[in-house]
Amino acid sequence: MLKRIYAIFQARNREFMRDRGTLAWNLILPVALMFGLSFAFSNDRDAYTVGVLQQSAEIDAAEHVFLQTHYINFVAYKDFDLAMRKVARHQLDLLVEFGDEPKYWVNSDSPKGYFAEIALLNAGSENATSIDKQEITGDAVGYADWLLPGILGMNMMFSCLFGVGYVVVRYRKNGFLKRLRATPLTSLEFIIAQVSSRLVLTLVITCFIYAGTHLILGTRMDGSYFTLFLIAVVGAISLVSLGLVVSARVTSEELAGGLLNLINWPMMMLSGVWFSLEGAPEAVRMAANIFPLTHVLNSARAVMLDGATLADVAPSLLALTAISIVFFAIGAKIFRWSQD
Amino acid sequence: MRTVLEARDLVKQYPGVLAVDGASFSIREGICFGLLGPNGAGKTTTVEIIEGVTAATSGDVYYFGEIAGARFRQEAGIQFQNTALQDYITVGETIEMFRSLYDRQADFDEIVEQCSLGDLLDRDNRKLSGGQRQRLLLAVALVNRPRLIFLDEPTTGLDPQARRNFWELVQSIRASGSTILLTTHYMDEAQVLCDEIAIMDAGKIIAQGSPEELLEKQYDGLIIELPISDLTDELSAVPHTVYENLGIIEVVTTDVSESLKLLTPHVSNLNQIKIRQPNLEDLFLDLTGHTLRT
Repeated sequence: MLKRIYAIFQARNREFMRDRGTLAWNLILPVALMFGLSFAFSNDRDAYTVGVLQQSAEIDAAEHVFLQTHYINFVAYKDFDLAMRKVARHQLDLLVEFGDEPKYWVNSDSPKGYFAEIALLNAGSENATSIDKQEITGDAVGYADWLLPGILGMNMMFSCLFGVGYVVVRYRKNGFLKRLRATPLTSLEFIIAQVSSRLVLTLVITCFIYAGTHLILGTRMDGSYFTLFLIAVVGAISLVSLGLVVSARVTSEELAGGLLNLINWPMMMLSGVWFSLEGAPEAVRMAANIFPLTHVLNSARAVMLDGATLADVAPSLLALTAISIVFFAIGAKIFRWSQD
Repeated sequence: MRTVLEARDLVKQYPGVLAVDGASFSIREGICFGLLGPNGAGKTTTVEIIEGVTAATSGDVYYFGEIAGARFRQEAGIQFQNTALQDYITVGETIEMFRSLYDRQADFDEIVEQCSLGDLLDRDNRKLSGGQRQRLLLAVALVNRPRLIFLDEPTTGLDPQARRNFWELVQSIRASGSTILLTTHYMDEAQVLCDEIAIMDAGKIIAQGSPEELLEKQYDGLIIELPISDLTDELSAVPHTVYENLGIIEVVTTDVSESLKLLTPHVSNLNQIKIRQPNLEDLFLDLTGHTLRT
């Protein structure tokens, strides 16, 4: 069994590695996107963002005159620790809490925090009440730091879905699968070989891109490389399994392409590849959890930016494992060698 | 000789099309068995049911007396009519990859030599000519030292020289003791290669036996052939079996002299008359589409 799996695994690897165009595209696109976007957005945010610590999701501008300041984006936070992390990472310029004992937190290393603080202290200064200042420190998280997991995840998604989904459909359409069916190779052996091949290729490419961008752009890494690699492995398996489901019976490359895009685009828009869903409605954020990429990106960012441990990302890893098992079982169950 | 393969009452019903309609035949060990028929007769579907790549609506396939299963997959070698191979993979890697899928493995160098692929081992599959490609597909069918080899229209699209080279290859494989099931619509190919044939039409086996037996059964004597355009009137007076096809009249006779005497008064140009032995082409046409009158 292993000998047969290895034979198919090796042949698929060779086919991919020798297809210079596809290989180059898999390597160049994410690197180009990463460098291009990190350059384009090197100034990060133009507007000021201030967190408001409160229980309600709605900001009441009447509560304090500062909340009526133009050109400041006010975002409500219930979770104090989360808001503090964002101030420390310069993702929030200031965090304020109004009420009986008003306070604010500012990162003393943040230039925008300095000006946001002036705006706060001058707001309604004629009837100003005392407001406590708390200083915190922390290095800024740049857009490149935030974007890198998204780019890697997106590349992984395309590589896994199309690398299995499209290829298996092509094999079925041109009769190569029929030829394999006439050998002692079982469908499970074939599927394991395809999944393994794509998994290895995707991980090698992802590690290569990560290492290159991390070394050149000096992106942030607060957590463990092992945990990050584990997320990549489990995430890639779940995405490959999803590609397997799409390709299990389809015989038209056009239909396969359409179905894969139907999955790709919502996943790319809602999983947090390009932007955070933090301010999005609760229903949208809940819906995004059905996508494996959401769990991959959330846990990868937690490791890279927040130093999350394996225990911290265990729920996401479990979700990805469950998704993988379900998709793989469905894919293996409904797999057909040919149209008949 | 033992029976290697037996197909019993194979039926394949597609929506609105009965592709195979109760096909039954058996193949003895060590022979080259030809499954002949016009395009669309159901040959490929029948063979694919036997190979296990297409499910039959009903019917059974036996390999050495047992329902064809795991042993059959290990011991059968298959060359499909159309098989795509992986891009960017070389001839040598393709053979090695398929070889790795079997427990029984032929010697790599032997297959390469037998199929004359020595100079092509490092060539990308995409860069093979039609004949080279067919030789590679045959090599892939031989990687497991098969006891039974399926060759589905293996010479379709090849030039005459490549066809003859391929025939020699098939003859050498047969000489090594393997049993061959060949499907073809080239009657000369079947005549050269096959010990037994079955003729299929509209999903049914309409004749089966050795070419000699079938020809003897169908034709009692020689064939006198002449163009219809050279006839001056009807041939109803000729007391022989007469076939018409593609503007040619064929008169089957055991007494050529007597028949010529009867025919010549009805023929305007005697130079076009030919006398020859009946062949599989005649048999095939007569059984599958000829207008026949006696």
